[in-house]
Amino acid sequence: MAYALHFTLTILACWGTAQVLARSTWSWHSPRAAIVCWQAVGLALGLSAMGLPIALGLSAYDLPPGSGLVALFDDLLHDRLPAGVNVLHLGGVGIGFGIGAVLLTTTVRSVHGALRAQRRHRDLLALVARDDPAVPGALVLDHPSAAAYCLPGVKPRVVVSAGTLSLLNPAELDAVLTHERAHAQERHDLVLLPFTALGRALPWVRWVRQAHERVALLVEMRADDKARELHAEAPLAGALRRFASAGHRITPAGALGLGDRDLDVRVQRLLVADEPRRLTVVTALAVASMLVTLPVSLFLS
Amino acid sequence: MTRLGDLERAVMDVLWDSVPSTSDGVTVREVADALAGRELAYTTVMTVLDRLAGKGMVQRQREGRAWRYRAAASREAHIAQLMLDALDLGGSRDAALVRFARSVTGTEAEVLRAALAAEASGGGAGPGALTGRIEAPTSTRAERPTSADEAVDG
Repeated sequence: MAYALHFTLTILACWGTAQVLARSTWSWHSPRAAIVCWQAVGLALGLSAMGLPIALGLSAYDLPPGSGLVALFDDLLHDRLPAGVNVLHLGGVGIGFGIGAVLLTTTVRSVHGALRAQRRHRDLLALVARDDPAVPGALVLDHPSAAAYCLPGVKPRVVVSAGTLSLLNPAELDAVLTHERAHAQERHDLVLLPFTALGRALPWVRWVRQAHERVALLVEMRADDKARELHAEAPLAGALRRFASAGHRITPAGALGLGDRDLDVRVQRLLVADEPRRLTVVTALAVASMLVTLPVSLFLS
Repeated sequence: MTRLGDLERAVMDVLWDSVPSTSDGVTVREVADALAGRELAYTTVMTVLDRLAGKGMVQRQREGRAWRYRAAASREAHIAQLMLDALDLGGSRDAALVRFARSVTGTEAEVLRAALAAEASGGGAGPGALTGRIEAPTSTRAERPTSADEAVDG
């Protein structure tokens, strides 16, 4: 029973940490640390969600979940279940493995779907995108709307639309391209993938969706940081502003462009010089590693 | 691989730029002639067209002993599809792309979707190639362009 309590506490701690993370502003100054924290919360939550029913199912063994599972499988093989183990207990263990299987299959499905979409996108790009001397190394799509994105993969592609070329001045364009290359280099698609997969598995859970949005924003901030390292803040902030207003220019009254709030936050962050709060970051990382260590150590012991 | 990609693009450019949309397609010989500057073997052009057909980029129709090829969708429709992906309006929940910023308006989305819908309903070519990724029944998609949103979830 004590082990089930451990998992329950970890789940509660994950929930609490997620709430704090979602409200925190230090994460804007240290997006990479914040991303690690979100990943730790996700991992700890997944493991604990599996661990809780398993620990309940193994309560008769009075062993940590790891060795308890070994003992259970040994007994199942030799057909000598102890008296305290009934169908409910076996069901609990089954549910735990079921949760693990669901998490794994949704991840695999997400990967598969993303790879298929990327392949299709790549094929089309090869036929209709063009090179442009204004953006060496990037592809240009002849369309008046403004778009800049990264097609991730082993051979990543940075793509901008003709609308972006006319929207931004050369310095802003350079900043945007560096931003997109940062996405490609740090494989931000893989960072987002587990959260996308979780959102697919539990589409009705609001805070899973929120976590995904937060991580997506942090990933953008991380790429913004890489761009401001090479260029100054001003061109990047300018590019963000122009993207925001490009939406408004043709927006009918009352309609809001998507993602406007996130754009504002990113611009503000670039303009306000703020020291990263090292102590907070270190504390957050310590909490995150503790969250992961708890369920992992239970499964390994 | 890049050479094959170059050839595919050159062949599609022929189909898009040299073939009037009212024509019922061109033969391999006609494509090879249009690409005369590249001195390609007939079989090479045939292989490239075959690959493009496999990817759903061209459609072919048998006429007598030869096939007639035509682009499955216009260049503009392909660009519109890419832009829908790029602006995250394709309705896909897969994290396939990472974008700089999203500030898309409803109008913009409608314009892009209308471009696809016009393509789908006009010419009788059908949107099959266009929706290769979005495996929706093509007939319903032509009538309801926004159905791509629901269709991709399946």
